[in-house]
Amino acid sequence: MDAGAETTQFETAAADHDLAVTRTRAASFDSTLDGIVEYPAVGVSLPIDGVSLAETDVETTLTPRKLDAARTGVTPVSFGIATLGTVFIEGSADGAEPVSLFPERHVAVLAASDVCPELAAAVDRFGEELAAGPSSGVFATGPSATADMGGHVQGVHGPSEVHVIVVADR
Amino acid sequence: MTEESRRQTAARIRDVMTTDGAAVNEQVRNLNENRYESVAAFDDYESSRDRARKIKERAIEDLPTLIETVTEHVEANGGHVHVAKDGAEANRYVQDVLDEQAGETVVKSKSMTTEEIGLREHLADEGADVFETDLGEFVIQLAEESPSHIVGPSLHKSREEIATLFNEQFDPDSPLETPAELTAFAREYLGERMKEADLGITGANFVLAESGSIVLVTNEGNARKSAVVPDTHVAVAGIEKLIPSIEELHPFLELIARSATGQDIAQYVSLLTPPVKTPTLDFDRPDQPIDASDDDREFHLVLLDNGRTAMREDPHLRETLYCIRCGACLNSCANFQQVGGHAFGGDTYTGGIGTGWVAGIDGPDATAGFNDLCTSCSRCVPNCPVKIDIPWINTVVRERRNHGKTPDAVDHLIDPLVPDQEATGLDRQKRFFGNIDTVLRLGSSLAPVSNWALSLPGVDRLLESTVGIDRRRSLPHLATETFASWWADHQENPDSADTTVHLFVDLYTNYLYPERGKAAVRLLRELDLSVEVTPVLPSGRAPLSQGMISTATEQANEVAEALDSSIAAEEPVLVIEPSDLALFRSEYSKLLPTETAAKIEAGTVGILEYVTPLLKSQSEIESGASGEIVFHSNCQQRTAGFEEPTVEALEALGYDVRTTDVECCGMAGSFGYKSQFYELSMAVGGDLEPQVTDTEVLASGTSCVAQIESLADGDEPPHPVELVEQAWTEHTR
Ligand code: SF4
Repeated sequence: MDAGAETTQFETAAADHDLAVTRTRAASFDSTLDGIVEYPAVGVSLPIDGVSLAETDVETTLTPRKLDAARTGVTPVSFGIATLGTVFIEGSADGAEPVSLFPERHVAVLAASDVCPELAAAVDRFGEELAAGPSSGVFATGPSATADMGGHVQGVHGPSEVHVIVVADR
Repeated sequence: MTEESRRQTAARIRDVMTTDGAAVNEQVRNLNENRYESVAAFDDYESSRDRARKIKERAIEDLPTLIETVTEHVEANGGHVHVAKDGAEANRYVQDVLDEQAGETVVKSKSMTTEEIGLREHLADEGADVFETDLGEFVIQLAEESPSHIVGPSLHKSREEIATLFNEQFDPDSPLETPAELTAFAREYLGERMKEADLGITGANFVLAESGSIVLVTNEGNARKSAVVPDTHVAVAGIEKLIPSIEELHPFLELIARSATGQDIAQYVSLLTPPVKTPTLDFDRPDQPIDASDDDREFHLVLLDNGRTAMREDPHLRETLYCIRCGACLNSCANFQQVGGHAFGGDTYTGGIGTGWVAGIDGPDATAGFNDLCTSCSRCVPNCPVKIDIPWINTVVRERRNHGKTPDAVDHLIDPLVPDQEATGLDRQKRFFGNIDTVLRLGSSLAPVSNWALSLPGVDRLLESTVGIDRRRSLPHLATETFASWWADHQENPDSADTTVHLFVDLYTNYLYPERGKAAVRLLRELDLSVEVTPVLPSGRAPLSQGMISTATEQANEVAEALDSSIAAEEPVLVIEPSDLALFRSEYSKLLPTETAAKIEAGTVGILEYVTPLLKSQSEIESGASGEIVFHSNCQQRTAGFEEPTVEALEALGYDVRTTDVECCGMAGSFGYKSQFYELSMAVGGDLEPQVTDTEVLASGTSCVAQIESLADGDEPPHPVELVEQAWTEHTR
């Protein structure tokens, strides 16, 4: 499957899990992001060529106060899973984990070439990282949810909205 | 069990049905339906189950090594491992960690293992403020109750009850009502607790020995926060949660959420290799830039034994350790669907698998309050992602409980009447139902008199007070002519026959429903087969259901001997009673030497399994002469997968067949007759009732016949072979 088809599959699966997906190119990343972010927003740096938060209004110097006040958190994701619409967020020293978790909206930035076909491949991929040294992360699929309050509710301890921006990088 | 304690049990069950019943029923059935759907859409279900099972078998086998490996890796990563032999030791250890921090506030994410050892209560008694962060657990904590479900601890509570609880406890400005309002409130409240927490406690769904990672599967995100926000994280996990490495994780990730809630993947699957790199958050210093460089993260993995090593050495309880706590057995259990874990379970572990856990941790007697709620219907078996034989565990634990008692004063009166293999001290009710062969034989030798005696005033009461048969149940009538005596006069076979088949004549066909046996003989002869009949023998099902394993084994041996020559001659043994066929195909492997059991399994076949292909190969059926019909197959028949041929036979004859889809009729052998379970049995049957009224119904299992008769207040539904025989004779030639 080529990257385009995988992105399409990712989009379909993501929709099933209540994730919004927007495709963009590096050149139009800033304006795409601006259309999705609700401010105040915090973020961590994005390791995709030609993409950065530097020119945006997303705050990258994190403090507990800013994290607490932010309505959106922007993080990179290491990879996505096409069949599930899942993204993998690495637990890094720059705070991707809390930034993806505290604000009510999470914007996940994914390079199109980083879409794995399915869960098995994604687990293998994390396995490779693990073999190289202790690493951590989370497979996140859509908003946090609960059925413990007598009905299905989205947005519990984690975000109530998840938006994935897929950057075509090839 | 005395009449008095039967009455108490009935009252307790009734009570739970009133308080928890409706909410449990709705939620659990929902989860069950979702699971069926999602499993059906997952092509690799069976192969994932096989892989998961094998991995667990290996991991439990290699457990001591895995404990060493994980210790090495967690320590190399900078964390600590403590293997606690029991709950007290685990609690003390966590307390010490907290004391060292001089910490006060603890946030805890859902973990049945910490529930098992009472960690929250322990820390609270020592002065800490401990908050459950999973919303279900939070509700339970507020209500000061015990969980009623492994996955949804508070699912027995309705939204209204939760709202009342919150409004009383927190007195919010405007009363909370909707699920969204309740959730928002809890998020806010617990969010603050997480920010101030000194210690985060989680469980672990899996522990990966070779990297020292823990895997946490949640939907809410509370485990992520509990694990990474405070600078100290304690994970408490049973030693059985260890698997070798990430390479073994994949099948479990495919299975766990599907089996639990019907999701293809949970919202969050965290793979943490602590101490993690994520910076800690100190909300007391809100403007201090977040930075991991000065982190003093601490991680402790507490591996809990608490009886598990002994379970590992116990050939029957060992399987319990394969459990991944998905709750599928609970959700697919008709009895659990009605009462939930407050009647069907211990303090922590509930439902089918609850027996194994409670017996392993607290001993078999601790399961006394709920072990008998498992009817061995087997519906949970195909739903367990690691293929645990849950009814068998329940049977073994029942047997262990059976013989703990001191002999009853009337034992010496009953003993000579019952030729069973059981030691003394067995409950009289169990003994009665376990020896149903003797009861039927004695009753039948005096059949008209017995039937008359049963209808005498006061007899129903006597049966209720002595052996606990509920007086609201009508007992099946004993046939005035048994199948065996009919057979004595009808042995002649067609001259043209060159294939011989053997009909396995079970107790019920012989003493209660000879018509189904006669129909079978006629049909087989119509198909030009020569019929032989096996001696009437108890299969072992009845004693097995009562946990009388020695008696069941004895009976299985007799059956094996009786079938030996037919099986050796490769002449098929056809079985009418599905609960017996299911027994031959599964439980016999536990009762008989492997080779003998395999021979019986291969040599026996359901009557319609055998007949259907023959019917279909004969072209002279004039189909379309029939109408709509409902077929209720016995639960064990569905599990063992031989429901389909009956449907095919009926369809081939032109019937429009509908099958019932409830897990079980609720009668389940002797269960529905027992006075302490009568109401539960009828409540389970309530789900079946609308499916079996208004149309002609067929039922293959003896006890289903009794239940359907009482539910629909009508006639005894015939066995499908009776209708097939009738239709075949009418519509061919
Ligand atoms: S065998 Fe039937 S009654 Fe027993 S636990 Fe499984 S589903 Fe429930």
